[in-house]
Amino acid sequence: MDFGLSEEQQQLKASAREFLTAECPTSAVRKAMAAEDGTLPELYAQMAALGWPGLIVPEEFGGAGLGFLDMAVLLEEQGYAAMPGPFLFSSAIAADALIRGGSDDIKRKWLRPLAEGKAVGTVAIAESGDRLATASSGAISGAGILVPYANLADFIVVAAQGPGGRKSIAIVEAGSDAVRIRPLKNLDLTRRVAMVDFRDAAAVELDDGEALYRRMLDVGAVAIAADSLGGMERALDMAVDYSKVREQFGKPIGSFQALKHAAAEIVADLEPARSLLWFAAYALDALPAEASRAAAMAKARLCEVYSRGTDRAVLMHGGIGFTWEHDIHLWFKRARFNESYLGSPAFHRERVADLGGY
Amino acid sequence: MDLNFTPEEEEFRLKVRRFLEENLPNAGLNEGREGTQDRKWVDRAKAWQRKLYEAGYVALAWPKEYGGQAMDPVRQSIVNDEMVRARAPYLIGGSGLGMLGPTLISWGTEEQKKRYLPKILTAEEIWCQGYSEPGSGSDLASLRTRAEIVGDEFVVNGQKVWTSGAQYSDMMFCLVRTDPEAPKHRGISYILIDMHSPGITVRPLVQMTGDRGFNEVFFDNVHVPRKNLVGKLNEGWIVANATLFHERNMLGSASGSEQRFNRLLALARSVRRDGRPLTADPVFRQRLADLEIRVAAMKYHALRQLTDQIRGRNPGIESMINKLVGTELNHDLATAAMEAMGDYSMLARDDENVLDKGYWPYEWMFSLGLVIGGGTSHIQKNIIAERGLKMPKSR
Repeated sequence: MDFGLSEEQQQLKASAREFLTAECPTSAVRKAMAAEDGTLPELYAQMAALGWPGLIVPEEFGGAGLGFLDMAVLLEEQGYAAMPGPFLFSSAIAADALIRGGSDDIKRKWLRPLAEGKAVGTVAIAESGDRLATASSGAISGAGILVPYANLADFIVVAAQGPGGRKSIAIVEAGSDAVRIRPLKNLDLTRRVAMVDFRDAAAVELDDGEALYRRMLDVGAVAIAADSLGGMERALDMAVDYSKVREQFGKPIGSFQALKHAAAEIVADLEPARSLLWFAAYALDALPAEASRAAAMAKARLCEVYSRGTDRAVLMHGGIGFTWEHDIHLWFKRARFNESYLGSPAFHRERVADLGGY
Repeated sequence: MDLNFTPEEEEFRLKVRRFLEENLPNAGLNEGREGTQDRKWVDRAKAWQRKLYEAGYVALAWPKEYGGQAMDPVRQSIVNDEMVRARAPYLIGGSGLGMLGPTLISWGTEEQKKRYLPKILTAEEIWCQGYSEPGSGSDLASLRTRAEIVGDEFVVNGQKVWTSGAQYSDMMFCLVRTDPEAPKHRGISYILIDMHSPGITVRPLVQMTGDRGFNEVFFDNVHVPRKNLVGKLNEGWIVANATLFHERNMLGSASGSEQRFNRLLALARSVRRDGRPLTADPVFRQRLADLEIRVAAMKYHALRQLTDQIRGRNPGIESMINKLVGTELNHDLATAAMEAMGDYSMLARDDENVLDKGYWPYEWMFSLGLVIGGGTSHIQKNIIAERGLKMPKSR
């Protein structure tokens, strides 16, 4: 029995915290927010040097060959920093889909450059069938599909409805007229979502679309849950730090029970949710029979408590928390993205009920 | 990360399971926490704990020289899980096993450990906790029960309240004021009182469940030997907090929540609404799923803390939430069950038409008692904020 992070995982976490504190402070995040493409190329170059993009990619394709719990640790720290850019979509969800369903040719063509930080992938996937593109005879079509960071992507892993309602997962190369990408105005500016129209776009299908679709949803759910964990921890830290220095009625507002209880309730949500997330990330690698249900639990719970936690953290700041200048709204809005992307907490609770045979 | 138990541990689990299957039904104990608590029940409950101890299933992690087996905490957690699975009642010596014992192991003198620990294990001596007083609940450190030093003895005068099991206890671990002049946290001592001493009066209080589970205890010139002091004179507050830490972990334990959820799910499947089982109702499904997710989170949270214990890491802020989250979750589970029963939840637990053997009306009330006992949720939040997050004290 050994439930928790290994020494190596704890070191990974500590070094990621140190790196992102130095290289991705909120001044850098705000730079990406103001940039047209919504990312930080210098930061991504440094991350590539650290081997982060290929963290879960097998060594034979240029990666570190680590597991999803390692990835979750990294994503948690990126959530803590509100790190902008396509990492989660490219190096977690798209990479995992290629590892699981790609031929050796596909892996050589896309996975290796992805692992080396030379190519960016993203995913066109949704929890609901009527938000998906359609696939027929090697081509993908569909209008108005929301795709994170399509603006930066070299390729898109597309989940599509095939003939007879069968799910098909295929790779579509970006940059042609068949893939039209329109930037959108985003609520959470630490992320960018574009609208993509596929018009008979040439596609290479991956193996076993139905199973891979579910796998992508599970991986996406756990990845988002990991980001949520880190973001919630940051919002708590900010609110608690502020409560120790802001004075009203002649003393720090953190000495009032109303604020103590608000902060304690965030901790009470956060710590068990961390344990739940660790299990879900571990299950993706080691417990296939339990992975989907654990992922649904993690997505439902982490996104719910992240939203509630950031909401309360804004409130603990009072008026300054409502300003653009103060950073707390970065996490408040990121929590909304996380809650909305790949299914709401209610959607995932129903999935828990369904998979549990209620 | 490795969630497997070793083959030896799995074998041990089966052994415990078999033992419980063979012996629990003959123990003559009701499922649940309190029972009627008459003399015969007390005798049966003591006999049951003794039997468990002789089989090697009580306090496995305690040091060998005091009657334990010095096993790693995994074995103890396996026993705890199997006890819950078998719906075994709480052990009558629970306060000694879960609260005083671990405190004495850290803070007691060699003589105290030798004198008290073995009899805790065998249920020869049952302990109760003397903490709360009529004027000192959440503000425990304001307690006024006085102990004056006269020669080799403390002479105790005052009153304790909400004392569970005092009516059948042999001993009490008790907080007393030994220096009324000092600041309130610095004038308290932790002493062990023989409940059969002259001058002690135990008066039962009726709980909202209708049971006589707890008591008032009055001390009128009760003489206690000075060697019954645990820790240093006037430094009992530190020892008291060690006990409270153990108590809170005991009250917030996760294994019972999983059993309760399974029982709730079975209930929801059996109840029909508009011709369908309640589990088909989309709103109730959401509620069930939310509860199961919270139960699962606490289950993994317990495994995480078990791992920390095995590795000898000091518990951090993650352990401070156990009591708050665990007891509120149990109460939410019971509340959902009451709702699932619909108009049948209007019935008392002993009506012959009551659903699920009357388990839930009692559990619903009792679980709220545990949200209060050992420090209310409000106090737990203060502790998390002040000790965990280092937010400034308001007092």
